Amino acid sequence: MKPVRVVSGTAVPLDRSDVDTDQIIPSDWLKRVERTGFGAGLFAEWRDDRDFVLNREEFAGATILVAGPNFGTGSSREHAVWALLDYGFEAVISTRFGDIFSNNCTKQGLLPVKVEPEVARALLDAVTDDPTLEITIDVERGTVEAPKAGVRGTFPLDEFTRTRLVNGWDDIGLTLRHEERIAAYEATRPAWLPSSTA
Amino acid sequence: MAGPRTLADKVWESHVVRSADGEPDLLFIDLHLVHEVTSPQAFDGLRMAGRGVRRADLTVATADHNVPTIDVDKPVADPISKRQLEVLAQNCEEFGIVCYPMGHANQGIVHVIGPELGLSQPGMTIVCGDSHTSTHGALGALAFGIGTSEVEHVLATQTLPQMRPSTMAVTVEGALPAGVTAKDVVLAVIGRIGTGGGMGHVIEYRGSAISSLSMEGRMTVCNMSIEGGARAGMVAPDDTTFAYLEGRQHAPKGKAWEEALDNWRALPTDQDAIFDKEVFLDAADLVPHVTWGTNPAQVVPIDGAVPDPDSFAEPAERESAARALAYMGLEAGTAMRDIQVDTVFIGSCTNSRIEDLRAAASVAEGQHVLAGVRALVVPGSHRVKAQAESEGLDAIFLAAGFEWREPGCSMCLAMNPDKLSPGERAASTSNRNFEGRQGRGGRTHLVSPAIAAATAILGRFGVPAELPR
Repeated sequence: MKPVRVVSGTAVPLDRSDVDTDQIIPSDWLKRVERTGFGAGLFAEWRDDRDFVLNREEFAGATILVAGPNFGTGSSREHAVWALLDYGFEAVISTRFGDIFSNNCTKQGLLPVKVEPEVARALLDAVTDDPTLEITIDVERGTVEAPKAGVRGTFPLDEFTRTRLVNGWDDIGLTLRHEERIAAYEATRPAWLPSSTA
Repeated sequence: MAGPRTLADKVWESHVVRSADGEPDLLFIDLHLVHEVTSPQAFDGLRMAGRGVRRADLTVATADHNVPTIDVDKPVADPISKRQLEVLAQNCEEFGIVCYPMGHANQGIVHVIGPELGLSQPGMTIVCGDSHTSTHGALGALAFGIGTSEVEHVLATQTLPQMRPSTMAVTVEGALPAGVTAKDVVLAVIGRIGTGGGMGHVIEYRGSAISSLSMEGRMTVCNMSIEGGARAGMVAPDDTTFAYLEGRQHAPKGKAWEEALDNWRALPTDQDAIFDKEVFLDAADLVPHVTWGTNPAQVVPIDGAVPDPDSFAEPAERESAARALAYMGLEAGTAMRDIQVDTVFIGSCTNSRIEDLRAAASVAEGQHVLAGVRALVVPGSHRVKAQAESEGLDAIFLAAGFEWREPGCSMCLAMNPDKLSPGERAASTSNRNFEGRQGRGGRTHLVSPAIAAATAILGRFGVPAELPR
């Protein structure tokens, strides 16, 4: 994973609530065995509508998605995160994220930025009014700022995830440092627990 | 240990490999279920990093999402699906993982085969790259869905770093009225808490209405926990659980069974344990439910009508309801019973077990699907299919005009050829009525198996009591 310290850029307003991962990337796209190339499938069904916000020229090149409440609910498909990253997004702002989606984001270096409802609303309105509005998200400080619109907010991130993101650390590598602990735990497991091979 | 603990606390604490201040707990994973859709990139990751699978003996794979439900003796027609199925088999071969491919006697929907093979047991931690892994919580396991990065993590280490979730009790007290099923219970719960109500929480379903459910019913309830935002749902193990497990292929035998029982009996939540959040439902108030919108919280009793978007207090809910009605092609005020369907789907990890098929068959027996309605019955596994056939359920369905298919996820998410066409309306026993979930432009209404069967016969939403006898 690439280190993620600051994300700065323009944003796309997606003013809809309960955007589930089936909408982010429809299941047809899940048949692929590769990890790349999912950007073309991002919001595939909605993008058929010429007026859909992602199709509007003024929002081209944006790196931040500002969404309504409950973003990324439903299916565990990490393809949703791959699609957002592949399209060019580096952060998603919402008041609430699906738990699995949020986990998947931080494993891949896509920032899930959970802000207060007033901040989300203000950003949605400000970005809609001014597609050139610059938003800056600082991972170490846990802040979201759009100075030109006078919007400022904070977002929670546990220390471990923050450290992992800013250093771009590989989660599996971190766990394997505790290999001895894993082996010690394994030695204590009751013998009656099931095995797929027995 | 200090103080009374919940079932979720006990399972969590007995699986902590390492904990440190400010870090997630490192949890040991007892069982990792793998399927073709969310695993190929994880195996690629292992290969790129030169890592192996730590505990192939705690891992099992099956093909379910892509598999066709007809012509299963022929090559898979969709080349991309075919490749994904082949890649699963190759990866399992390369890494030494037991795999039940299409056509194998143990193959089926991953959340149906885990319990039926006796691999899912009380007190275990179970994960799968699939959000409906919550199903296995019905046995008193802590079971949750993970993404592909986490699949790779479990393959490599048999552990997962996880932040400890909060706990939530959903208590349903009393006897369920006749005709009210586990599906109606969970739809009512989701209608109450909303799609985000369980976020960050593990739900424990409690109360006499829950403990009187069969294992299949408990699986239906736990399965849909994720639709209320909760990553996991659990039911305390009891005699119903033990009777279900005893004698299953991977269940402990002899002295080991006795040891396991002693352990399992200590799992239920201690008296006076405190949950972070509590919700109460009175079973006597519950009725059969049908969804009207495009998320599972957009649900009403079958006696109800499509709501007016203006009736919602929150602006986001109003806007969401208005968009849902437009997508669903429905008008506010229409009685649910006046809505006609084109297709009925009985299946999915929510409702494709033997009890679900029995419930649907008992409604279908001696009746006939209305002309013009397409009705599919897709058993959850080969074992379910064989059991149903030994009870003559296939003959009942076929005589009533239902199609009897081979096992798989099928029309729940339309990754195989079973799809809705744009505008096509379905009554479905699955778990998600999201836009396009069952096929681009398809319109899904979630119901129980009994309501689905009655709806196929009536051609509109209805209950079994409305059928001519």
